[in-house]
Amino acid sequence: MNNSKLPPTSLGLFNSPKNRAIIFQVLSLVVVVLCIFYFVNNMFDNVAKRGITTGFSFLGETAGFGISQSLIHYDDTSSTFLDVFIVGLLNTMLVGVIGIILASGLGLLIGIGRLSSNYLISKLSLVYIETFRNIPILLQILFWYNVVLAALPSPRQSISYFDSIFINNRGLIVPDPIFESGSFSILVAFVLACISVVYLSKWANKRHDLTGEEFPVVKVSLGILIGAPLLMFFLAGQPISADYPALKGFNFKGGLTIIPELLALIFALSIYTATYIAEAVRAGIEAVPPGQKEAAKSLGLKEHVILRKVVLPQALRVIIPPVINQYLNLVKNSSLATAIGYPEIVTLFSGTTLNQVGQAIEIILMTMAVYLVFSIVISLLLNWVNARMEIKGR
Amino acid sequence: MKVTKIALILGLASTLPNLVNAATLEQVIKKGVLNCGVSTGIPGFSATDSKGVWKGIDVDFCRSVATAVLGDASKVKYIPLTAKERFTALQSGEIDLLSRASTWTATRDTSLGLNFAGVNYYDGQGFLVKKEIGVTSAKELDGASFCIQAGTTTELNLTDYFKSNNMEYKAVTFDTSGQTIDAFKKGRCDAVTSDASQLYGLRIKLDDPKSAVVLPDIISKEPLGPVVRQGDDEWFNVVRWSLFATLEAEELGVTSSNVDKQLKSSNPSVKRLLGVTGKAGENLGLKSDWAYQIVKQVGNYEEMFDNNVGKNSPLNIDRGLNNLWNKGGLMYAMPIR
Repeated sequence: MNNSKLPPTSLGLFNSPKNRAIIFQVLSLVVVVLCIFYFVNNMFDNVAKRGITTGFSFLGETAGFGISQSLIHYDDTSSTFLDVFIVGLLNTMLVGVIGIILASGLGLLIGIGRLSSNYLISKLSLVYIETFRNIPILLQILFWYNVVLAALPSPRQSISYFDSIFINNRGLIVPDPIFESGSFSILVAFVLACISVVYLSKWANKRHDLTGEEFPVVKVSLGILIGAPLLMFFLAGQPISADYPALKGFNFKGGLTIIPELLALIFALSIYTATYIAEAVRAGIEAVPPGQKEAAKSLGLKEHVILRKVVLPQALRVIIPPVINQYLNLVKNSSLATAIGYPEIVTLFSGTTLNQVGQAIEIILMTMAVYLVFSIVISLLLNWVNARMEIKGR
Repeated sequence: MKVTKIALILGLASTLPNLVNAATLEQVIKKGVLNCGVSTGIPGFSATDSKGVWKGIDVDFCRSVATAVLGDASKVKYIPLTAKERFTALQSGEIDLLSRASTWTATRDTSLGLNFAGVNYYDGQGFLVKKEIGVTSAKELDGASFCIQAGTTTELNLTDYFKSNNMEYKAVTFDTSGQTIDAFKKGRCDAVTSDASQLYGLRIKLDDPKSAVVLPDIISKEPLGPVVRQGDDEWFNVVRWSLFATLEAEELGVTSSNVDKQLKSSNPSVKRLLGVTGKAGENLGLKSDWAYQIVKQVGNYEEMFDNNVGKNSPLNIDRGLNNLWNKGGLMYAMPIR
């Protein structure tokens, strides 16, 4: 009835498809926000009704339980739950970093081996990939853990090398380096060596572009990287000594213990992830047009030079995106360590800590945030590498 | 139309929180089954036998409560939980009652939104070691590695004990007691530490139980008992008095075999317990024969203890602290009157 009295603009407001779209989007946004608000509110309401403590103040409380591996100083009786969180975080990162490095190296080798003209190598690679890719990772972790524990002797019958490295079912025990005053100069020497290696390779590339002459960059770089810190070590009067492990009572005292859980976990994760990386590498190499390889061959380049200078740089563009995924998977799969008692973030924080404190919501949120941040950082980093590769290749 | 539909959905959704908080007793009666949280396998407390039937003193307690509420000991749904899952499962309403060898501590009682309804087993933390290492006392365990189950009071007690004795140790923590004893078997650690009663149970799981011993040292107090959600007093009462009923029955000499005869007993205490006189059941919101049914279908505390952990079981644990108050133990039921 009143429609005729409405100003024409208001009619247009609802009838124009553009405005309608905006209105409906705003409406659905409001509904989504209301829903989230409702659920969050509901949660807090219920938690409060049941008298469950909330908030993050528990992070300051003393944890009071033992942890079998810690990269920072951790004391059973005085360290807080925040320390536990950091210990778990670092242990997860340790597995992630070592696992990614090993899986990448192994994956690259197997991937190249898969395409080898040598029958034995290519079939062995195939068998490796098909075997380890098709067994669930949790089973592999348990398998390696049982292998590690079953194969190794008890502390009193340790396998020892030079009386300083011991292997037994409590882990791999190596001398623990002690850094005395003056060891800082060695670190400085190492950093300087790294910088000079970067400049050296830039210079060698330039020279190669200008004159075509090769320079043995790898050998010289290795020499600088090892030689410089070593020279400084003797110049500074050998400031690094070692704390040698010794059998006392039940276990070894002193030294640095690499626990069997860590070994098993890294073994399982890198072997498993390497299969996927190998397939990505194979796909990448096969994606390089065969003409490229033939052209390089006709120039008289050697097989390994072709691989390194012609094929891999182009293949990397195809390899990197799927490999990012595998790195993310490796980090997330490390949470399965809870099955063998490796103290990473899920075991320590959303396991033990959750049970001692009982604040499930806060603790699970923090644990989820850790994995979210890890994943975002890894993918940003590799996207950046990917972007650089793309420009370089063209 | 659409508006009414949306309003209906929103209206339904807004009743959700009330559902979660509704009285547990009514819910259990409505469902006709008691969701009882038990362990993933602690022999003597809660574990499945070769036929897949749940057995144990904690399981019997679940059955007692089901009998009191529903009149049928078989109306229990057992939900196996690891140590670290148990309290969250209770808080979230997944289970109605947690009967899983849980230690009553101040933190758990006050900050988790839970209440301990009593103690059905007085325990203490001990150590299980291999005979070959030749240790006879916990004080000789300096430097040893321990296999522990994550999320237990055991982890904390161990730290306290070694700190106060100026000794060192290494802890290797696992999710379930099965993994813990597995790692011990394979030599990952020198000793397993847990509640002493559980150690006897775990020892049976070894290939050669005689190759390991439980040390005599007890380093902590571990009062184990059933747990319910805080703020539901009616349900709390039902659980607490179900426990008292089993103790009272033992004290009065009422057993599953003589309970029918005892109905004609002239002892006023027995009469009140079995609902011949008095209104104990009614006041709890239960039938008047609630305690009679518990004793008839499940048994009194002595029967539960002896059959699961005591002299009629492979564990063969002494009553000790778990004897009645008038026989030198700590078990004491408040009078039913």
